[in-house]
Amino acid sequence: MVTWALLWAQLFNGLVLGALLVLVAMGLTIVFGTLGIVNFAHGALYMIGAYAGYVAFLHTQSFILAMVSGAAVVLLIGVILERGLIRHYYARPPEDQILVTFGLAIVLIEIVRLIFGGISRRTDEPIWGNGVVNLGLLYYPRYQVEVLGIVTLVLIALYLVLYRTKIGLIVRAGIEDPLMVNILGINVTRTFLLVFGLGAMAAGFAGVINAPIVSVDPDMGAPILIQCFVVIVIGGVGSFWGAVAGGLIAGETLSLTTMVAPDYAQVMLFAAMAFILIVRPQGLFGVKTRQ
Amino acid sequence: MKGYSTQAPRRVPSLLPLIAVAVGLVIFPFVFPFLDGTIDVADRILVWGLFGLGFDILFGYTGLLSFGQAAFFGAGGFTTAYLLAGNITSSTILALLAGMAVAAVLGVIIGLLSLRRSGIYFAMLTLAFGEMLFFLENSPLRQWTGGENGLPGVPKPNLPLGFTTIELHSALAIYAFIAVLFFVGFWLARRIIVSPFGMVLRAIRENVERAGAVGHDVLLYKLVAFVIAAVYGGLAGGLLGLLQGYMPPDAFYLETSSQLIIQTVIGGAGTLIGPLVGAAIWLYLYQILQIVPGLGGAWKLILGLVFVILVTGLRQGIVGGILLVWRRRRARGGQAEAGAVQPIDDAPPPPRVKPDYTKPPILEARDLSKHYGGLLAVDKVSFSVVEGETRAVIGPNGAGKSTFFKMLAGAVQATSGDILFAGAPITGLDAARICQLGVVRSFQINQIFPHLTVRENITIAALARRRGKFRPDMLSRIDAVPGLDDLVRDTLAAVSLTARGDRRASDLAYGEKRRLEIALALATSPRVLLLDEPTAGMSPAERSDTVRLLKRIAAAMTIVIVEHDMDVVFELADRVTVLSEGRKIAEGEPVEIQNNPVVRAAYLGGETEYEPA
Repeated sequence: MVTWALLWAQLFNGLVLGALLVLVAMGLTIVFGTLGIVNFAHGALYMIGAYAGYVAFLHTQSFILAMVSGAAVVLLIGVILERGLIRHYYARPPEDQILVTFGLAIVLIEIVRLIFGGISRRTDEPIWGNGVVNLGLLYYPRYQVEVLGIVTLVLIALYLVLYRTKIGLIVRAGIEDPLMVNILGINVTRTFLLVFGLGAMAAGFAGVINAPIVSVDPDMGAPILIQCFVVIVIGGVGSFWGAVAGGLIAGETLSLTTMVAPDYAQVMLFAAMAFILIVRPQGLFGVKTRQ
Repeated sequence: MKGYSTQAPRRVPSLLPLIAVAVGLVIFPFVFPFLDGTIDVADRILVWGLFGLGFDILFGYTGLLSFGQAAFFGAGGFTTAYLLAGNITSSTILALLAGMAVAAVLGVIIGLLSLRRSGIYFAMLTLAFGEMLFFLENSPLRQWTGGENGLPGVPKPNLPLGFTTIELHSALAIYAFIAVLFFVGFWLARRIIVSPFGMVLRAIRENVERAGAVGHDVLLYKLVAFVIAAVYGGLAGGLLGLLQGYMPPDAFYLETSSQLIIQTVIGGAGTLIGPLVGAAIWLYLYQILQIVPGLGGAWKLILGLVFVILVTGLRQGIVGGILLVWRRRRARGGQAEAGAVQPIDDAPPPPRVKPDYTKPPILEARDLSKHYGGLLAVDKVSFSVVEGETRAVIGPNGAGKSTFFKMLAGAVQATSGDILFAGAPITGLDAARICQLGVVRSFQINQIFPHLTVRENITIAALARRRGKFRPDMLSRIDAVPGLDDLVRDTLAAVSLTARGDRRASDLAYGEKRRLEIALALATSPRVLLLDEPTAGMSPAERSDTVRLLKRIAAAMTIVIVEHDMDVVFELADRVTVLSEGRKIAEGEPVEIQNNPVVRAAYLGGETEYEPA
């Protein structure tokens, strides 16, 4: 029986899940939009973030430090990958780019599996996240409310970087026309490195803060990556608001379907994507001309 | 034409690979045990190899990277297993066919949805739909599929022979059953690849835009390739259930799709046999590394590293690499004959006959406009060309010539206005349809099929003329297409590339590529040829050669040419249309245009009396 309290709770669950998806998908979509590369290793970076946060938290008992070090580790890995491998793929066909990031994902996952084993681990909530909050119609875990706040802050920060700074202007111009940006004498190479690092960091950070909610294991990235694809297809590629809308739609679709027909929750997500593909192939916020 | 062989090379596919595969399949179960391999592993290798045959047609030959093949492997497998385990049918063959049919239907649905977007999106969408099928199997359909438990109790395969039914119980009998199916699958896949249909698939991989521009219904070919891959997947899935006596849910896992991709890339995409080799490496390595202490857990890491290295350095994979070396060695013998650049036939072009302007126009634009947001790229341009005319469209940079041209060819949809061909509207039709009607575009920047030979390039264009937008002639041979050989030979001769027929298109000199570019349009036997800057980037000598070539072509068909070089324009054109800032500012014979003050002003860019309202 669906009660108001249950509906309210599920709407909120959808919001938290959606917000996390927005953050991970945002990393994927700005990398795709700027570099033209779909990073199939994005889910693996998210997973590494979760592990980095887990280790940091285990040793320092400070969640703040865990968040910082998790993001920093993944940023560093992102920078190394871009310099060492991805960079050589900018001029290659999209299939090769997909294949190499896909292979990279396997390598990263298997390295983590070798180090930590296949069993799943759990990060505890930070002390400031214990307990519940009264949200009027229901009591809700405090940590999840805080996650919503943190993600919102990070997204606002990302928005400010993308839309209020010179670097953001270059990134957005690069999404429109990378060649032109290059001709104008802007160092695209460095911008690309920055964007790839930023995208990786978004995934890693999401991994850290999601670790107390889900369990941490080497294969945790794949489902997130697939859901992010759905988010991007629904929202439209390279679009900030597309990622936001797509993420929230995906989160709520999963959450609300779970309430009425749990068997169909995942299926509904893909059905929503198929529906968008039929009625608006370029996605909600996508531009038609860009393939 | 002295000394150049005009004979097309033998197109009968060599029997060697078929014989090699047959021999390999026969001796494999007897050799493999010496390498610590079991018959069971050999069966699995063949199942994955069969799965890979279809995937290779899709990925290796058509260039479509799907991450959702598990959907078809699983769907076919569970259908076959369900029918047999539930004793709905006792015929193995019938159950396998049913599995293939279900996979095919699913292939049509997922294909139609995924092919709405191309390139990177296609990979993402197939991955997503593959996952969707996994969740369907796992939850809503679990009462039929067993959900996470899979379907046990699949009986051993049997073979009806009319008078009796053979039950295949022994390991070797099951191997033989799968091996025969693999051989048939391999033979069929080879037939498909060497058929005209397969040639179009390769054209799509090489250059999808051009494949459409010469008149092939690209989307339909892609869809059929997708369904073929799905059917192979369905059969392989069905065999997996039969082999194990149990249909596992992990057939639907993303892991399955991943494994297929990795095996195909390691073995070599676009070789058909590559996926089988990749499967052998994967499954054999898995078995062997399990025994080595300390390495068991790392086998996938090792494969992952090998995969990344191969993608980076040897994209053709193992089989592809071997073939490359072998072909190079063979080519070294034959290469010597191919001499210097073949000059264009220097016979004088036929004298120009004035077109008959009283005839109704063959190509007509009425108030054609194109807006990009607020920008008016082309603004209400009208023009009409009569049959046999050579019309030049000129104008300063940014005048809208290219957009206008693309609209005529169907590459860009007009915002408003009409285009008529031989009196019938063609507005809104796609490039392939317009090409089939007889209007074809040659590109400003060469759009060739780089990894195919010159003859294959032209064959692709000629096939569109001889076979229409689409034909599922998967089992026929290219030399069975009527009139194709003549059309290819004549086109090669017309652009003086006969001696270059067997060269890879990407190896041609720039001027030759330019001629091939024109030849691709010519081979579709158009009535109207749209030439976009045919002499762009040419040396003066090449340019005068090309002008001579174009004069010969102009004697046979209507030409609309966009060109920057005024000498070329005034030498070729019967009439000239001048565009500036998206509008038509003048039209007339070359002499009139040369002396037109408005045109001069537009080119000089200074103040003019003519001000667009």
